[in-house]
Amino acid sequence: MRFLPLLLSLVITIGVSVDPSPIRAAPGETIAGAARKVVKLYGAGGVRGLEAFQTGILVSADGQIVTVMSTVLDAEEITCVLDDGRRYVATLTGIDPRRELAVLSIKGEDLPAFVLDESEPLPTGSRIFALSNLFGVAVGDERVSAQHGVVAGVIPLEARRGAYEAPYTGDVYILDCTTNNPGSPGGALVDWQGRLVGLLGKELRATASGIWLNYALPVAEVARGYREIIGGTPTAAGDKPATAAFDPAVLGVVLVPDVLDKTPPFVESTRPDSPASRAGLRPDDLLVAINGRAVASRSAVRQALAPLADGDPVRFTVIRGGAIVECDLGPRPPTVRNP
Amino acid sequence: MLLATFSPAARSKSFVIMTVFLLSCAGQAAAAADDVPAAVHEAQQQRIATIEKAAQAAVAIFAGEAGGGSGVLISPDGYALTNFHVVQPAGVSMKCGLADGRLYDAVLVGLDPTGDVALVKLVGRDDFPFVELTDSDLVEVGDFCFAAGNPFLLATDFRPSISAGIVSGIHRYQFPADTILEYADCLQVDAAINPGNSGGGLFDARGRLIGVNGRASFEKRGRVNVGVGYAISANQLRNFLGFLKGGRLVDHATLGATATTAEDGGVVVADILESSDAYRRGLRYDDEIVSLAGRSVRTVNALKNILGTLPAGWQVPLVFRRAGRRTEILVRLAGVHRQAELAAIVAGENPAGRRQTPSPPGEKPAGKEAEPPERPSAPLPEALRGLYELRPGFTNHHFNVVERDRVAKAIATRADWNSRRGTWTLSGSLAAGEPFRITLSDTKGTIDLPTGTTAVDATGDLDANPSPPGSGGMLAALLVWRRLLMAGPQPLGRTAYWGTVPLDPAELGEFGSPVLVDVLESAVSGVEARCAVAPNGDVTGIDLWTAPDADPCEVRFRAPDAAGVLPVGMPRTIEVRHGNELFGTFTIEEAVLEPTVAAAAGETS
Repeated sequence: MRFLPLLLSLVITIGVSVDPSPIRAAPGETIAGAARKVVKLYGAGGVRGLEAFQTGILVSADGQIVTVMSTVLDAEEITCVLDDGRRYVATLTGIDPRRELAVLSIKGEDLPAFVLDESEPLPTGSRIFALSNLFGVAVGDERVSAQHGVVAGVIPLEARRGAYEAPYTGDVYILDCTTNNPGSPGGALVDWQGRLVGLLGKELRATASGIWLNYALPVAEVARGYREIIGGTPTAAGDKPATAAFDPAVLGVVLVPDVLDKTPPFVESTRPDSPASRAGLRPDDLLVAINGRAVASRSAVRQALAPLADGDPVRFTVIRGGAIVECDLGPRPPTVRNP
Repeated sequence: MLLATFSPAARSKSFVIMTVFLLSCAGQAAAAADDVPAAVHEAQQQRIATIEKAAQAAVAIFAGEAGGGSGVLISPDGYALTNFHVVQPAGVSMKCGLADGRLYDAVLVGLDPTGDVALVKLVGRDDFPFVELTDSDLVEVGDFCFAAGNPFLLATDFRPSISAGIVSGIHRYQFPADTILEYADCLQVDAAINPGNSGGGLFDARGRLIGVNGRASFEKRGRVNVGVGYAISANQLRNFLGFLKGGRLVDHATLGATATTAEDGGVVVADILESSDAYRRGLRYDDEIVSLAGRSVRTVNALKNILGTLPAGWQVPLVFRRAGRRTEILVRLAGVHRQAELAAIVAGENPAGRRQTPSPPGEKPAGKEAEPPERPSAPLPEALRGLYELRPGFTNHHFNVVERDRVAKAIATRADWNSRRGTWTLSGSLAAGEPFRITLSDTKGTIDLPTGTTAVDATGDLDANPSPPGSGGMLAALLVWRRLLMAGPQPLGRTAYWGTVPLDPAELGEFGSPVLVDVLESAVSGVEARCAVAPNGDVTGIDLWTAPDADPCEVRFRAPDAAGVLPVGMPRTIEVRHGNELFGTFTIEEAVLEPTVAAAAGETS
């Protein structure tokens, strides 16, 4: 199989000058090396066509994981399985609603990790491998699935699934192979040297044609989203209306996972030194009203927060130990815009 | 996870979006830009040749109104592998197209419904193009591979479509539909596997057969390739091939125990049947299973993967750990189904089976004990006359007779047993040096041991007295052995071809294909015996049951024809086991095989 690069190069480089790059590792070695940095994630779902599994990539030796923001992460406990079969419980560090990224962390050390290299994007025609937990077929210590293909184009994403519209509208890699399957989101797109070049996105259809897309978010965008999340400045709605993506996380409050139609909006935790913690909000507080408007569920919380503009006052009414407590979170933090 | 057969009804509905690389029409590619190095041109030419060779062995199977699929030829005399779900609607005969543009008649030979495998035989030539099964355990993720088949039944000229890709995953497990169509330890590929590719070959970069495609993950995008196809591994196919060639209705293996993942990650026995061989060999609840059939068991999935590739009836090594102590046992695997259940599945009566034919009211009520599969009774084409025989428990009994006679001939060719029909006297020493003497004739079997002399009457039922005591029936086994050797090439009474087993189960392992030997099955004089026969005609072992579900007497014949001291074909040592005990190792120093029955008249005991 060692001559495969040579063989496959034909399909791709016809009409293009021969790739001058030096000796390459065999595809098997490239894949094996990169797959060590890919993790399988298991969380909420398993009903109504929603998978309870997806993929993530390790980006630091101490266990920082970047994945795609999805309902899978709305779980009490997110299980993370490494390439060697080791299992960890992952905790959600934060999300980037605009790029629909999430950062998880596991308590690990000396883990193999991808470098979020933001150098030049891959040109159209470049060969890639996609590594993901597609269809959940890789069980236990089995390695994630590997697919091969070519970057077919780099174009702005205009995609949706049903009524849901993708908030990210920047460039993505469009791929010529069926990479975006159930369980694939958060998978690694790597070049033939095994370098991370992108992150596989959710299953979406092109807005214009309705065709299912096979695409990945370029690594530079992944890196920006990752920095913002771990830097504690989660991005708000970017170039979309604030209503679409404003998240209580901006206020430093983390609510319990939204797993039911009407999940009661209990506070799971608050981030230190955030408006929520300064206002005295505590874990297990039940949110009953925002600015005097009743909120019976997590989705109602989102709706109540959505119309608020930068600087509007935010006042939470909570029930704590049977008593009603008012918490003033002060002016709503400004939206952070992306460069 | 639907299957990849293709039926005409589905065709009209299908949105045919294919990413098939039609690499076989590579003429234009060869004329590519001049700045492509010569080495690349050479590699391309080599690949074209490889694909062309594989394409010659690809079979387009037509099952009439029911659709069709693909197959792959594995021998010059026309044996071809395909999927059970491809041939099931076709019945016992089908039309098969090859890349030469000709249509051939083919007859069903063997079925493995659990593994979704079928063996058919094309007729009309003895020089069919074919490919060889290779060692699929050597396949690695990232390896180039290609599929040759008949997706969407496009091949009106019978030339297969080629789709190329890489191996995406190995040792994958795909749950069965009910109790059949389980894809264990299969290969996952991103080469396009579409409806109609079912049963076709999956090849490596050198054109060797690494698997048979049969399944794909389909979902919201409809029944078209989404880059996730599955192939039954060549190594699994090899394990079952002997049974399939023998016209059998094959079953898969079960351990008689279930396993679960322990807190610390080990795979432990969660439940075990006391009637199972594993239990009798010493496996108990909560034991940690370390390896099975030479492959390590780290997850429950791995255990299912290994079991799913093994035929019922095989004996395989199992290593378990209890309280820190490691124990290795040989376990005889039972079948997943009863024979009647398999027959019902083949007949389309399985309630959960996908390709169930709707039965008219009043016919085939659910739960009825199944009869032999009813096959469409359309007359066989002229070319297939004499190549099909219906018999319960078999897919096609005709091929069982063919295989049985082949093995009988090998035995008869090995040595001139037929001219030694008198009394056989074998004498020598046991492991501890004490002498033994065994005499075998048409009427009697006797053994002299330091502990005493025992005899059995060879004219009566052999199960009455499994002697000598503790052996489980050693004398009966040796009498069956003598009869088998003398039976010659003519039919052996109630003897059938059983299948193949590893010559030495200990050779089963992660990266090895075991040497497989043929097994004949005999029911004589109240006992059941399975006799293993090496390709050169040496009988290498006999397992003999004096009662069903009891431990058999296991006789192993070793080191035949040692240094010309003994008659040709006579083993140097005979090892006898029963249950967990070694009964004895008999080293033969002298063997006297009298030529005629008359001479046996003077025998003493």
